[in-house]
Amino acid sequence: MDKALLIFRHEFLHTIKRTGFIILTLALPVLALLAIGVFQLISGIAKPPTEVTRIGYVDEAGGFDQFATQGNITLVRFDTPEAATQSLIKKDINEYFVIPPDYISAGIINRYTVQKEVTPPSATATAIKNFLSSNLLAGKVPATTVARIEAPLNLVTTTLTATGNVATEQGGLGNLVVPGVFGLLLALAIIFSSTYLLQGLGEEKENRLIEILLSSVSTRQLITGKVLGIGAAGLAQVVVWVVSIPFLLNLASSSIGGFISTIQIPANFLVLGVTYFILGYLLFAVLSAGVAAISTTVREGQGLASIFTLFAIAPFWFFSLLLAFPNSPIWVVFSIFPFSAPVLVMLRLGMTGVPAWQLTVSMAVLVLSIVGGLLLAAKLLRTYILMYGKRPNLGEIIRNLRSG
Amino acid sequence: MPAVEVNHIVKSYADKAVVNDLSFSVAQGEIFGLIGPNGAGKTTTIRMMMDIIKADSGEVTILGEKLSEASKNKLGYMPEERGLYRKLRVIDSIIYLSSLKGMDRKSATEKANELLSQTGMLANKRKKIEELSKGMGQIIQFIVTIIHDPQLVIMDEPFAGLDPVNTELLKGMFADLRNQGKAVILSTHQMNQVEELCDRILMINNGQAVLYGDLSEIKARYRGNSVLLDCKGELGEIPGVTDKRTRKGYTELTLDGEATPQQVLERLVSRGMLINRFEIATPSLNEIFLEVAGKNHG
Repeated sequence: MDKALLIFRHEFLHTIKRTGFIILTLALPVLALLAIGVFQLISGIAKPPTEVTRIGYVDEAGGFDQFATQGNITLVRFDTPEAATQSLIKKDINEYFVIPPDYISAGIINRYTVQKEVTPPSATATAIKNFLSSNLLAGKVPATTVARIEAPLNLVTTTLTATGNVATEQGGLGNLVVPGVFGLLLALAIIFSSTYLLQGLGEEKENRLIEILLSSVSTRQLITGKVLGIGAAGLAQVVVWVVSIPFLLNLASSSIGGFISTIQIPANFLVLGVTYFILGYLLFAVLSAGVAAISTTVREGQGLASIFTLFAIAPFWFFSLLLAFPNSPIWVVFSIFPFSAPVLVMLRLGMTGVPAWQLTVSMAVLVLSIVGGLLLAAKLLRTYILMYGKRPNLGEIIRNLRSG
Repeated sequence: MPAVEVNHIVKSYADKAVVNDLSFSVAQGEIFGLIGPNGAGKTTTIRMMMDIIKADSGEVTILGEKLSEASKNKLGYMPEERGLYRKLRVIDSIIYLSSLKGMDRKSATEKANELLSQTGMLANKRKKIEELSKGMGQIIQFIVTIIHDPQLVIMDEPFAGLDPVNTELLKGMFADLRNQGKAVILSTHQMNQVEELCDRILMINNGQAVLYGDLSEIKARYRGNSVLLDCKGELGEIPGVTDKRTRKGYTELTLDGEATPQQVLERLVSRGMLINRFEIATPSLNEIFLEVAGKNHG
């Protein structure tokens, strides 16, 4: 068996048996299950009230005497605010409001309640608003017009192709779910796999085992076996997460309702998603190997590696801007920049149509960066892996790389 | 075919030559001592031999060829700084590292059990490395070094940190390797171990060879013109002896340029003296090193 394959197998098995890896792999589905459980529990507790809520009102403006039933809320008329207050104290009503004489010109409604609130409950506000508008329009426009005024907009968007046909890939939040989840998983996989790689190589360097390994294998075999072995473990972790998603969605469907039916996988996403996932992981893995080579301790290596892993998660920081302007030239540039490209392109695929040229250039830059990163990591490993005690500065590294 | 042939290798860091034009060869079936003080360039020389670092110039051939992936399987290397996977069990560590030397799992397991048994470590085979003492860890490392039956074994400071029992165990195993026709290179600054084990030596200082050759010949070369004597009775004047120095338990006699130890012994015997010990004084390797290093510094 090729020695790189032996290292691959060892690293894969060694990684998936780590307690931290097992906990992390199970943590995501377990946390999601817990979240669903908590959501369903809260939903169960906070069911929409089936009991009729009584809200009092005092009509000082006049003319507000119809439509007293608004869903589960019954509006009870009082002649004076004092009478309404007495009823509130006796808990005959939950709250009351006063329609002042100048309501038509001023639009102010005074509400009284014994509950301390941040904002009025939306059900109450809606009921009062509909009660007022229904009474204001009664007899002036048809009832169907009143209903439309109360719910004026249900915006249904259809995306067309360049030729004017209905596109197979429609937008919407549901379109963003799968790329978003993939992007998030890629960012997590990059961070965790880079950590494992750094720890593995760092420990071998710290305890000098690297010398024994290099007396048996070449630096190329060592890096290849490690990157692929730990990468395969990271991929296995993501597979566990991805496989658990349908199960979790199924569980959550009763809570989230019809949203799941809107989830779409963008065209070509599986091919592009998997491609960017592999390219993204490989790039960060080879760079982690290079960082491990020049670091004197595992902790120091992790500190250095966090500089470039920040790029992997950066698209999530600017998510709202990305959502608002997915085709901004800034995102185009960062879709080509290799450190940010894998996660950013995945997110953009869910938000907009990413032109083929951008995908081609971005992938080409990633491939070139991986090859360059691998050569650099092998060189750094060979030069610095046996240097202990002091981390070389950038000038020394450049000098050594040039001279070598 | 020599096991190792090193020709004019040079290695510099930041314009300082750590190894400077070093040449030597090691034959099969011999224990070769690579000796010198700390920082002399021993470990760098070994790393170049193992192709872990590249020489700036010069050439190394191992078992008649340049070191390749295939020929790495014929080498066993125990570096100065010991390290194993702390969380792995002893048997798993041995099997994994021997697989990188081309052994299959079955034969690695069998050989590991045999060597663990031979070194009295069989009871620890299921323990994690981190549960072992430092000395036990070194024995496991030694097993990893020789398990794949290498033609050439290179040990960097093999006795460092070992207790006397394990030191003797290792010495015995080195002798076994030599008897099996393997070449063994011991790199150490412990001259007494080298004197006991090695057939030939290369002494380096500041990256350069200062002594190279057969150990007994080197010692003969540096032998002084004196004998060590332990006898009963008054010595008095002895023809051919210019100086007498009383040491603890013996007397050191310095001979003049004409007299031989044999003549002095005959003169003592002819006087009827009872001789318990008569030994031609030979300097220790340590003394030779100090002399050579002193000359180089001078």
